Amino acid sequence: MKSDRRLVRKGSLEKLFEVLKGDNRQVYAPFSRNGRTSYRKIEKFSDIATDYIQTTQSSKEVSFPRTEKILDYSKNADGMSVKGIEPDQIPQIMLWGIRPCDAMGIGELSSIFNWDYKDEIYNNRLSKVTVLGFSCSKTDEYCFCTSVGGNPGNTEGSDILFTQLGGNGDYLAEILTEKGEKVIALSPELFEAAGDIEKEKFLADVPVKFSHKEIYGKLEKFFDSEEWVGQSLRCIGCGACAYVCPTCACFDIQDDSHGKLGSRVRCWDSCGFSLFTLHTSGHNPRNVQSARWRQRIMHKFSYMPERLSVYGCTGCGRCSRACPADMNILEHLTSIKEAAL
Amino acid sequence: MTNNLYMPYQMKVERITYEAPGVKTFMLRFVNEDDQNKFDFRAGQFGEYSVYGVGESTFCIASSPTRKGYIECTFRQTGKVTNALSDCEEGSIIGFRGPYGNTFPLDEWKGKSLLFIAGGIALPPMRCVIWNALDLRDNFKDITIIYGARSTKDLVYKHELQDWGSRPDVKLITTVDPGGESPDWKGEIGFVPTIVEKVAPSSKDTIAIVCGPPVMIKYTFPVLAKLGFSDENIFTTLENRMKCGFGKCGRCNVGKVYVCKDGPVFTLAQLNKLPDEY
Repeated sequence: MKSDRRLVRKGSLEKLFEVLKGDNRQVYAPFSRNGRTSYRKIEKFSDIATDYIQTTQSSKEVSFPRTEKILDYSKNADGMSVKGIEPDQIPQIMLWGIRPCDAMGIGELSSIFNWDYKDEIYNNRLSKVTVLGFSCSKTDEYCFCTSVGGNPGNTEGSDILFTQLGGNGDYLAEILTEKGEKVIALSPELFEAAGDIEKEKFLADVPVKFSHKEIYGKLEKFFDSEEWVGQSLRCIGCGACAYVCPTCACFDIQDDSHGKLGSRVRCWDSCGFSLFTLHTSGHNPRNVQSARWRQRIMHKFSYMPERLSVYGCTGCGRCSRACPADMNILEHLTSIKEAAL
Repeated sequence: MTNNLYMPYQMKVERITYEAPGVKTFMLRFVNEDDQNKFDFRAGQFGEYSVYGVGESTFCIASSPTRKGYIECTFRQTGKVTNALSDCEEGSIIGFRGPYGNTFPLDEWKGKSLLFIAGGIALPPMRCVIWNALDLRDNFKDITIIYGARSTKDLVYKHELQDWGSRPDVKLITTVDPGGESPDWKGEIGFVPTIVEKVAPSSKDTIAIVCGPPVMIKYTFPVLAKLGFSDENIFTTLENRMKCGFGKCGRCNVGKVYVCKDGPVFTLAQLNKLPDEY
């Protein structure tokens, strides 16, 4: 649908927050403490962080929790009783303040969870999320959304995208989906008519460093390159990059047992871990860190575009900010672009 | 939830067969009759078997789709889940979800001869195809099975080997590694690739299905090439660590190819195009 553009006064945001919070809905928004910003359930408008470039964790947890029950079981005298998780146990979430790169990541994550087999646990959670994106007016040296098909004012993935018009200004609200319209309907008086607004003037300038299509083309013949070894020498296989990534979907399935009761849970995993692909026999198809690093880059920039027609990277730069060994994905992709075949 | 992909069928362990040291076969029946009626699979597919409280483990369905009403799996006690499975008794309830993956194209093999080559614990994934072919025996010309294990006690399906060996419409050759023979052993002695070379089965109108440890596979392929088998007529089934079984958990892929969705059945021609990462 064509987006509907409205103006929201700066002072009206708090009123909107109060409206959204009610009626069995939870608002998740960025919250800063000790220099780190993360998403959490917010009760007070003044708790919402405003001065952040990017949260430390992505917002993927709302539809793909770090640890999530997929079934409960209990052993009883008659045998075994096994129950799935009911959708009505999942709350409605207003995801407030997510950056366009995270909003774009929702589609990329969804493409994995819906590749032929529809993952209804994931889809149910996502169906209850309304995405209230906020454009970026600031950037840092780790951001590269414009190199992977995004931009600081990208509407993709948001139900409403807010763009602040200047440092202390009002907000342009682009209403992009039916879910967005439902938000307007809760409090239409807060959404005034917007005149001609040149949104781009208020967005951060994120320089293009490469094109993801260029990387894709290069990777076709890059599997056996020596470059992977050099790039990953520093990698300690901690998996932090996967945990902060908005599109990393790899998971493990484990049983959490308490006597006769227990749950089967799905929990985040990482292709960077040495045990990730280890066979019981001791054989490991990706037996060195360079093979695991290669998998990370190839999956996002070669396998996903080929198999799912989407890239697995939104240029949020979190992996580089989080890496304890200071690996920088932007530098590594640039050197892949420049490497001789 | 109506459509929980991770919800296993409840299966009752109906019969346990001891096959070899640490190796057992479970015959599993669906607890819910409705599940059983809806369930269908084809040769080559696999599933996730689980012991509640311990976890899930991936193996093929070892019984033939021509045998309705139950499935069988054969596993070696090696890790956490297979140890817990091994502790199960007849009557125990376990979980099973599947079937997943692609299948051996038995329809396309109509009118051809089949050559099965298996090593050790890799006979189970092939047993499904063997029984499927034997139950549709008229569809195929010669059926030859070459099966080897480290020692006579490591041969699995000993009763079925006897059965296949006594059938006039099957040519069975069994072998054990040098030193693995018992005093009364009447089969061949030697590694599988060597025995294949010695038996020298014809490649004319023949499909070869090869399953075994990597080292056996590595040395068997060149022998088959020498016998005139084309890469398109050699089939195998890959195994990789898996969690989901349907392309989401992210660990079984070999390059862009997912063993769970694109496999586990591949021709040698397809394998040759994969990077060396399996």
